This record gives sequence, C-alpha cells and structure tokens, in this order.
Amino acid sequence: MSIKSASGNPLSVLKRHLHAACAATAFLLGAGSLAEAADLNALIWCDHSDPALLQPFEEANNVKVNVKEFEGTGAGLAIVEQSQPGDWDVMVIDSIDVPRGVEKGLFEPLPEDKLPFADLFPQVKMDGSTVVGGKRYGITEKFGYNTIGFNKTKVDPADMQSLASLTADKYKGKVAIYDYYLPVIGMAALAIGKKTADLTEADLPALKEELLKMKANAKLVGEVTASQTALATGEVDILVGGGEWVTAGLAKENPALDFSIPKEGAVLWSQSLAMFKDSKNKDMALKFIQYILSPEGQARLATSSCYWGMPANTKAALTDDQKKVLRFDEQPGFLARAQAYPAPNADLDKKMQDMWTEMLQAK
Amino acid sequence: MNPAGNNIVPPAGRALPRASDALPWALVTPALGWTLLFFVLPFIAMGFSSLTAHEGGGFTLSNYSQFFTNPSYWQAMVNSLEVTAIVTVVSVLLAYPFAWILAEQVPERWQRLALMLAVLPFWTSYVVRSYSWLLVLAQNGVINRALTGSGLVSEPLQLANTRLATVTGFVHFFVMLLTLTIFANLKQLSPSYRKAAADLGAGPVRTFLHVILPLTLPGIMVGAFLTFVLCIGDYITPQILGGNNELLMPQLVMMQIGRRGDFPLASALSIILMAVVTVAYLACARWLKIERA
Repeated sequence: MSIKSASGNPLSVLKRHLHAACAATAFLLGAGSLAEAADLNALIWCDHSDPALLQPFEEANNVKVNVKEFEGTGAGLAIVEQSQPGDWDVMVIDSIDVPRGVEKGLFEPLPEDKLPFADLFPQVKMDGSTVVGGKRYGITEKFGYNTIGFNKTKVDPADMQSLASLTADKYKGKVAIYDYYLPVIGMAALAIGKKTADLTEADLPALKEELLKMKANAKLVGEVTASQTALATGEVDILVGGGEWVTAGLAKENPALDFSIPKEGAVLWSQSLAMFKDSKNKDMALKFIQYILSPEGQARLATSSCYWGMPANTKAALTDDQKKVLRFDEQPGFLARAQAYPAPNADLDKKMQDMWTEMLQAK
Repeated sequence: MNPAGNNIVPPAGRALPRASDALPWALVTPALGWTLLFFVLPFIAMGFSSLTAHEGGGFTLSNYSQFFTNPSYWQAMVNSLEVTAIVTVVSVLLAYPFAWILAEQVPERWQRLALMLAVLPFWTSYVVRSYSWLLVLAQNGVINRALTGSGLVSEPLQLANTRLATVTGFVHFFVMLLTLTIFANLKQLSPSYRKAAADLGAGPVRTFLHVILPLTLPGIMVGAFLTFVLCIGDYITPQILGGNNELLMPQLVMMQIGRRGDFPLASALSIILMAVVTVAYLACARWLKIERA
C-alpha cells in the first residue's frame, strides 16, 4: 500500500500515526547505537553480513557499515516504511522488485558511467526491472537459478535433465520443495511449457495441477535451511527450486551434491543493489555499490558464508576452484535456457500465493 | 474532629484522598505503562491495520472475509486447533505422573535437583532443540537407525516432516511447563486431605479421583492454558519439524508478510488467532483465578 494512496482515509491516517509513533519510539531507542558508529546503513540479505565481505570496505574507507537483514521484499519495504527518511543508504532487493521501490519513491537513480555495467553478464542486467522511466535504479550484483539440486550418487543425473522427473513415481518421497512460491511456480510453468513472463490468471489451473503433482512426490516443503538440511542429511535426494546456492555451499563437505539446468530451462533469480533517495551519505553509498560490483567484492559476495551464488560481474576475482564449484564456465549455456522470475501484478501475485497455500495444505 | 470543631465523619465512599491511597497506583504505573506501550497500542494498530485494504488503503472487511471464504485458510485454523489440542492433552497425560513422582516419591532433598533437570529444556534455544529433533527423527536419524538396525522395520519410517514430529517437539517443551505447575499444586495440598479420605474408607484410587485430582485441577488448567497459548502461536517448531506438509496459523500469517508485505491480512489473521485464545481463556476462566474458591 502506498502512503500517498492512503492519505485521505481516516483509518489509514490513524494507522499511519500509530506506525509513526512506533517508528519514532524504535528510532529513539536505537538512536544511541546508530549515532555512535553509523556511517553507512544497509538493508541487506544475509550474504552481505559476512565480515569477509564488509571488513575490506570498512578498512579502506574508514567507515562502519551497519547492516540489517530481512527475508523478503515485503518485509524489507515494511522496515523502510516504518523508518525515518534517511535512515537507510543502500538496499539489496530482488531485481524484479526494484519497480516496487521506485513506485514508492524510495530509490535514487544510479550513475551508469560510474558502475561496471559493461562487465556484467548481459542476460542478468534485467533492464526490464532495473530501469524505470528511462533511469536505472538497481544494478544486479549476484544471480543464480531456482532449479533442481540433487545428490548424484542417489539419483540418475540423466533424469535430472528433465523437469518431468520431479513428478515421476521413481522419485516419490525423495523430493523436497523450496518454500518460495514464485520460483517454484516458475518451474511448474516451465514443466508445462509456459513462459514465466507470459503467465496469466488463465494458467493458474494448469499450474496448480502441476504443483499438486510435485507435492504428491514431495516429502517436505521447506525454507532455505530446512530444505538444504534435508538434502545434506539424505532425508531427500532432490530439491525442487534449489540450485547452486544450496549445493555450492555444501560442495566441500558433500561433493555428491550437484545441480542441473534441465532441458525445459530454469528460473533465474537475481538480486540488485539500490541507493535510497533520502540517503544522507550518497557518496559513501555509491562507493559501497562500486566495491560490491568490483572484481574483489564480487568474489567475496559470490562465496559468502551465508550462501554462494554467481557474481554478476564476469571479471569477478574467483579462484579456479571457486569457479568450478559455481560452474562459471557453463553460465552462457545455462543463461540461454533460463527464464526470469515470474513478475505478476498485485492481483495475480495474491492468487498465486493462495494457490501455493492450497498446495501446502494438500494431503 | 474537623477544623470547625465538628465531629463529622465524611460519608462512606467520599473519604478524602490520602497519600497512602496513591501508593498502589504509583506501584502499578510502570507495569500499566509497559502494557499500554507494548500491548495495547500495538494491538490497536493491528486492529486498524486489519480493517484496511492492502492495495490502495481504505476501510474493508475483506481481510476477515478471506479467512472465512478461503478453505485453505480455514484448514490452517483447523490444523492449529488439532495440533494444539493433541499437544495439550498428551502433555498433561505425561506431566501429571511426572509431577506426582516428583512431589510424592522423590525425597525432599532431591526435589530441587529433579526440578532443575526437569526445566533443562527451557535452557536450550528453541531453534536448536527443534533442529535436534529433526536429526533424531530423520530418515538417517537415531530412531530410524535403531529400528532398521534391530530389524524391526526394513525401511526407515517417515517420522520427520510430519505432524507427529511437530507434536513431539512441542510436547518435549510443554511437558516441563505443565510439570512445574502441577508440581506446585500438589505440594500445596495438605496431607490431611488424604488422611481424611482414608478415614472415610476411600482407597488410593478413589482418593485420587475424588480428592487429589479435583484439588489439582486449577494447576492442570493453568498449565494447559499456557500450553494452549504458546503452542497455537508458535511458528518455529511446525516450520522446522512439520516440513510444511500442513500449514498452521502462524505460518499462514508469516506467508502474508514475507514477499507481499500484506500486513492488513496478517493482522486480521492474528486477531482471529487472538480471538481463539480469548475463547480458550473464557472456557478455562473458572480455573485460572488466582484465588482458589
């Protein structure tokens, strides 16, 4: 809900005042700690909280980066809505959700000439989302695939080249599904021959049928840690919706884990960095974005202790071993088969989430 | 005597305020302020939020109507109530004998140690404990290895990522809570009740059923209510141990917030959940009074 659209409604006015009172209280309580060391405040995903990523930047710029983690765009935007303008300098956001932030008037256009756009994999620039009204508001920093993660000693790797295997009796009870509706709905769309970008309400019945088939084969539907644990401990052999972010991080301990980009394709996830319009430290915010997009920053971000993922910059300073785990050299082929996250409008998004809820409740 | 020299006593209920009258209010003011700031105000905010539309704002009841018209939302409430009822009943059935043994069979000097051991699960992080159970119940976990190793079953059983796993995780935690409340109740009982029952010819079973059990019912109900409230609002245990193979209300609430940021719908679902807890409170109110009748 945008603040502007709610301005005339008495309930919304009261709600906004209560939100403001809560936010003011929270800010007053937290002001002491922020004031002591706040030079750059970043609203981030967990991969950016890795000291190995942040420390070199802090030392080089004599700055303290204060980070706050969030899990989903909705939760992140809610934090911003309940903060004071200027509290935050930079934000990590799903590339497809950059327009949501722009619509709320949160972000500052980025100076393209000061960022290494030429070095990015062309397919992950996501101009359709990161450029709004001719201005660029986000830059992709990391990407990967929601696809099939599997244990190659327990399943036939050839089977993992087709999404049809996910619903085959052969793997009944050996499958976990990653609990995030958009990418898995995207995979279901690929399985039934639909393009993720073209999904409409008319496709929902067929998508639901495919999801229910997946569920019937699944042992669990879990968030990142639960699904990763299930694959790592042998509870399941296949993870639908997982990819290199699951298997790469566990590669050292369990080299049997792998991922495939099946012939039908995979869903490309992409995270972007954006700068806040009300940032009080835009120069440092830009420096931070430049650092994250630099070859060194990209290598550290790609191999962050929270999760691994492909760096958007083709010149990331990864070691050969790291590139091998990330299957760096195979990216052109993977990207050619990948499709973007579904980006439904608010109404379709709600219907998709309800369909996901039904799938979770299905016995 | 008043300054005018009249020996007039102010009418009842109109006594002049004294400094000592203000003392109780002064003492409770911090607690009232805390409750106002961290419960009443957020609750009001949540109530108003639940009556606004996610897109575009404006007054609406659609957040509530969605709950009553969407079968999968209803199912989440049914699942929550079923799981909570099972956990509460199983916990009471396990906790009562445990509390009885602690209060009646364990010598006084060992009771403190026994109680400390009983509350040990409270010292462990909720998340760690749930993941520990996941490893115990997993396909390659302790139980399945023991079962397959001993030849009792040929294939590992699916124990993790089921309702059974969720209930197990909850019961592990709440048995201790109930044990403490029932133990406290049992210790308050005067031995003369048992003596009186014996004098009147009642055997141990009749004494328990007609004397001890009714007198410890308030302790059971207090513990059962706490179990109900904590269990029906918990997100972590079903999320980790249930494998999302069925959705409970707290998980449904969290789903609305994660990507879509639909706080109005999440607020409405939370208020419905609170209404259920309130009904449970009213149902148990007789036993939840601090003073025993």
